[in-house]
Amino acid sequence: MSGIDPITLSVIQASLQQVCDEMDTTFSRAAFSPIIAEADDRSDGIYSAEDGSLIAQGLKGLPVFVGTMQASTRTIIEFIREGRCLPPEEGDIYIVNDPYLGGTHLMDVRFAMPFYRNGRIFCWLSNIGHWPDIGGAVPGGFSASAISVEQEGLRLPPVKLFKRGVMDKEIFSIITSNIRVADQRIGDIRAQTAALEVGKERLAALLDRYGDQTVLEAIAELRARSAEQMRSAISRIAEGTYRGKAFIDSDGVVNEPLTIALSVTKTSDNRLIFDFEGSSPPCKGPMNSVLATTHSSVYLAVRHIFPEIPLSAGAFDPLVIKRPAGTFLDAQYPRPVSGCAAEVSQRIAEAVFAALVQALPEDVTAAPAGSSGNFALGGHDPERGRDYVMYQISGGGYGGNAREDGLTNGCSTIGISKSPPVEITEQVFPVHFLEYSLREGSGGAGRQRGGFGLIYEIELLRGEAMASFVMDHGRFGPQGALGGADGKPGEIIVTRGGLAHRPAHITKEQDIPLSAGDRVRVETPGGGGYGHALERDPQAVLRDVLLGYYTREEAETLFAVAISDASEIDEERTASLREVKAA
Amino acid sequence: MTGLADHSHGIVAGIDVGGTFTDLIVLDMKRGAVKIGKVPTTPEDQSQAVLDALSGSGYRPSEIDLIVHGTTTTTNALLERRIAKVGMITTRGFRDVIELGRRTRPNPYGLFGTFIPLIPRNLRLEVDERIEASGRIRTPLDEEGLRAAARTLIEAGCEALVIHFIHAYRNPVHEDRAEEVLREIWPNTFITTGHALLSEAREFERGVTAAVNAAVQPILQRYVERMGGELRRGGYARDFLIMNGNGGTTSSSLVAREAAKTVMSGPASGVIAAARTAGRAGYTNLITYDMGGTSTDAALIRGSRPLISNELELEYGMPIHVPMVEVHTIGAGGGSLAKVNSAGLLEVGPQSAGSMPGPICYGRGGDQPTITDANLLLGRLDPARLLSVDEEVPLATVEEVFRANLGDRLGLSAVEAAGAVLKIANLKMAGAIRMVSVAKGNNPRDFVLYAFGGAGPLHAAAIARELGVPRVMVPPRPGITNALGCIVADLQQDYVNTVNTAVRDIDPDQLNGIIKMQVAAGLDALGEESITPVKIRIEHSLDMQFVGQTHLIRVPISGLVSKMDDIQALFEEAYYSRFRVRLPEVRANVVNVNTSVIGVRQEVPLDDLIPREGRAPTLDKALRERRQVWFDGKWLETPVYDRERLPLHAQIVGPAILEQFDATTVILPGDIAEGDALGNIMITIKSVADERH
Repeated sequence: MSGIDPITLSVIQASLQQVCDEMDTTFSRAAFSPIIAEADDRSDGIYSAEDGSLIAQGLKGLPVFVGTMQASTRTIIEFIREGRCLPPEEGDIYIVNDPYLGGTHLMDVRFAMPFYRNGRIFCWLSNIGHWPDIGGAVPGGFSASAISVEQEGLRLPPVKLFKRGVMDKEIFSIITSNIRVADQRIGDIRAQTAALEVGKERLAALLDRYGDQTVLEAIAELRARSAEQMRSAISRIAEGTYRGKAFIDSDGVVNEPLTIALSVTKTSDNRLIFDFEGSSPPCKGPMNSVLATTHSSVYLAVRHIFPEIPLSAGAFDPLVIKRPAGTFLDAQYPRPVSGCAAEVSQRIAEAVFAALVQALPEDVTAAPAGSSGNFALGGHDPERGRDYVMYQISGGGYGGNAREDGLTNGCSTIGISKSPPVEITEQVFPVHFLEYSLREGSGGAGRQRGGFGLIYEIELLRGEAMASFVMDHGRFGPQGALGGADGKPGEIIVTRGGLAHRPAHITKEQDIPLSAGDRVRVETPGGGGYGHALERDPQAVLRDVLLGYYTREEAETLFAVAISDASEIDEERTASLREVKAA
Repeated sequence: MTGLADHSHGIVAGIDVGGTFTDLIVLDMKRGAVKIGKVPTTPEDQSQAVLDALSGSGYRPSEIDLIVHGTTTTTNALLERRIAKVGMITTRGFRDVIELGRRTRPNPYGLFGTFIPLIPRNLRLEVDERIEASGRIRTPLDEEGLRAAARTLIEAGCEALVIHFIHAYRNPVHEDRAEEVLREIWPNTFITTGHALLSEAREFERGVTAAVNAAVQPILQRYVERMGGELRRGGYARDFLIMNGNGGTTSSSLVAREAAKTVMSGPASGVIAAARTAGRAGYTNLITYDMGGTSTDAALIRGSRPLISNELELEYGMPIHVPMVEVHTIGAGGGSLAKVNSAGLLEVGPQSAGSMPGPICYGRGGDQPTITDANLLLGRLDPARLLSVDEEVPLATVEEVFRANLGDRLGLSAVEAAGAVLKIANLKMAGAIRMVSVAKGNNPRDFVLYAFGGAGPLHAAAIARELGVPRVMVPPRPGITNALGCIVADLQQDYVNTVNTAVRDIDPDQLNGIIKMQVAAGLDALGEESITPVKIRIEHSLDMQFVGQTHLIRVPISGLVSKMDDIQALFEEAYYSRFRVRLPEVRANVVNVNTSVIGVRQEVPLDDLIPREGRAPTLDKALRERRQVWFDGKWLETPVYDRERLPLHAQIVGPAILEQFDATTVILPGDIAEGDALGNIMITIKSVADERH
């Protein structure tokens, strides 16, 4: 126990959090890319000078970045120690996006700034932003068929983009010469550095007020207490081993499913051991994960289960992740990785949910749709005489849970972004939406049913274009829990010249050529059901039928509830249907 | 209806209904008298408390020349979902837009939570029609299908109707025609078209805004009629005015047409009162801080103008996109609960005891420590003067809870724990206020923290310290600021039109055409009002962004535009002052054109809010008692003054406490409080004022 009183600890914890939140806000507000400004695909935090471990992270950071930046900050510290990059000076900012050096996919570009006090590095301020393009074979970087990282874009080891506060124009021009829509990147770089500057100013004020030594001691004590808090949450789990599995449709190149096998063991000293033994070996296509992303996927899932525990390295201490060497969850150069942050991460989280819902049935939901649902359309608009790339990222149903039915059309578990309005998309791109609707019947049946997915159908209005898809949960629906049924799997139908085409990999295909009048229809997965469908309140089933969520037939086949022509529950038939089903 | 050009010699009543209390202020300019009142709100029928408050004032309704009313009728109806049954007719393929939302979840972490749309799915019907993004008609409106859909909804018992078509902001022809057709068969006037309230792209937000409007129209209409009836029975035959969330007022006879605009009416009127009263004292840049029992509202005022936003989100999934005073609600109030978490750290909020069961000291069954209880234990509040006590609770009981729940686990005494609760609560509130004020590129030293609400003046000095704001202003009547806002507010109509075009592609004539149309509409609307303003003021602004960006910056313009280069320059300046970044290499876009047409009402005198004759000749004579109050870890003998008896220009060095009927003000040790001619108290925060910059 340190000598700091608990009130000062609370005050410093809240103040560190405030610094990070202010960095997050500055970054989003000043950013150019909609993916950062609107979708908040970024994160800011404070990291230890010693080993880069997480001290505090903004609450509005994209969930997938929980704990990721500590890996890349640690790499930079190691590189400096080993003389593999230039030693730091005040005002420097390092840039790095190498997935194998504590990263995610190449589009996630990290900045790290040493924060000095009295001539020494006190800590690091780092942030990460998803750039809309980083070069490579396809605009936006999500190639469904890449077989090496070089096809995915420009890879940067840790280098100084800013030296003593001045941007290195040569490095900048190497970057801008290798990426698309480069003219707007200067706006994002300024936003990313502005966030670090705000952090620097606020953190300095905090240290001036409470004293460097007190804050250092508080950080150490807070880490210990966060670990204690996590252990206290874990203590509610009965000792034992819980298993969960999740499957990826395919890697985009080889048309076979990939397996994530997970066992979670609760130890007597209140730790959780995550072991991925039995998972598939590294894959040929881009559905590999790097170690840092695998770790943050576990952290992210646990944070969804225990959202009240503040983000710091201490909270991760009781979570022990065995290195999944030899599997696709620990990919090495040059394995392609563009699917790791958007899709593999969500399947890892799903495996964690599937394992822990057995241990904590009140705190964990059945599986959510859990795909980013990436559809990219690149083409030429003859009317405006310009090329374009459109991304349509979609959500799906969430899992039923002990409290309620799953949410309809929620975003990916790793994201917090909003979808673009149909009207804005139609203004900017030569496409026309024929439908944007709730996908009836898609929620997995259960005592609490899953939420519903989305259906959208787009027609290309003019010119030629190429459609590419990186989605998942097309072969397997999101898992039901504790007797609940799986949600409906997703579906893609491309209609070209009046003929329907479904991708061979169901949810992944690259460069499908489209002409004016061709259509793309996407139906996203529903959430898994929770508990047995026969236990669902017949009144709730009736309401769902009246609202058109399910048909009368589905009420009978899925829930064993009979509804009369007068829209009332046929009690007698329901009782007998349920009896037969239960037997 | 009688026109009222000039009520400067009349009697004006402002009445604001809040969650707990209904507040009244009567300004009698005939006799130079002010009357204030506070009665418990009657949630089932708010008009009851309004009439109670009026009758308690001693004035008969027939004597009063003008009544201005701020109401939470629509806000409460929405939050409690006690709304009208509404039907919706949409473009084919899009009926689920208001249910699907923008693909979000209630909380960043945790996958729980549900969302129930304002209009259930079986009452959302589709018709054939489609306008393209360009405004071109792709599918003509099926009028037969439209009629059939409306009949189905009438048979289903719908009371109000929304017509919501894709791209209607770009070309409203189908929505206008549908409205025309359905006016013939719909049994009442409650039809809302999507583009009518706000002509802006984004189908979810526009659709929900329209749904909100329809859902509360019948409720507001009935409320206003009932109230009007009661007032007429009391002899008040004139029209009365209702506060809108934009900080302006509208005649009660017109208000239901755009009922959604009355959401946030209370918070907006408080901000308007702040702008006006501080403005008269010469302070034009304010951060308003209104702390109540369950939440705290903060807003930013620059140059006496509150910031306006079109993007309120009343709760998860309920955006209301009409221009409103930008008030940020922070989930911390007197009822916020304190606890020690599993890490052994003290947390305050976000859970709240609200007003039921409320703080322990209210004696309504609350048994968890709250911020209000902490203020009581520390001697800042006088237990004998609490307004909401049901059953008296001994101080020792409160102390025991603080000891058992907090102190023992933190190694502190009960009083030390209460001090810690205030410290953490102030830090958190200040942090949240920072994010919406000084973190937006504003220097805190340029601002005054304007404290009101029952609890605002209790915490303001501590909050100002955290924010680095050098001065706190406490108005004469902190607890009835919203009611005062009703009295000083003008008539106001706002218009927003989307253009979304690059600056270099816009012809100034195009912008000027929109501006002229907006002005004409505003003047027409003011002409319908029963009050004749003393003058008309018109304000314009453009919402702009750099091409490729999504956030908007509001750029005020003085009137018609002559050169687009000027617009570009104004935008670059505004951008620089917000982000300290210049981007000459990037082009700018004009997204929205905004116009406010303001009917300025006769100014009312505000210098007598605390009657002069009640003031004591010397400070000593205003002293009520001396008591022990806990500041920074120790008890200090602290003078407690009767605020209403303070000499007008009193100067008080803290520690001190000022008590009045509707609020308690805490002056921290070393800070200096001074009274001004208008009855305000200005507190200079020593630690901030001493800092050199």
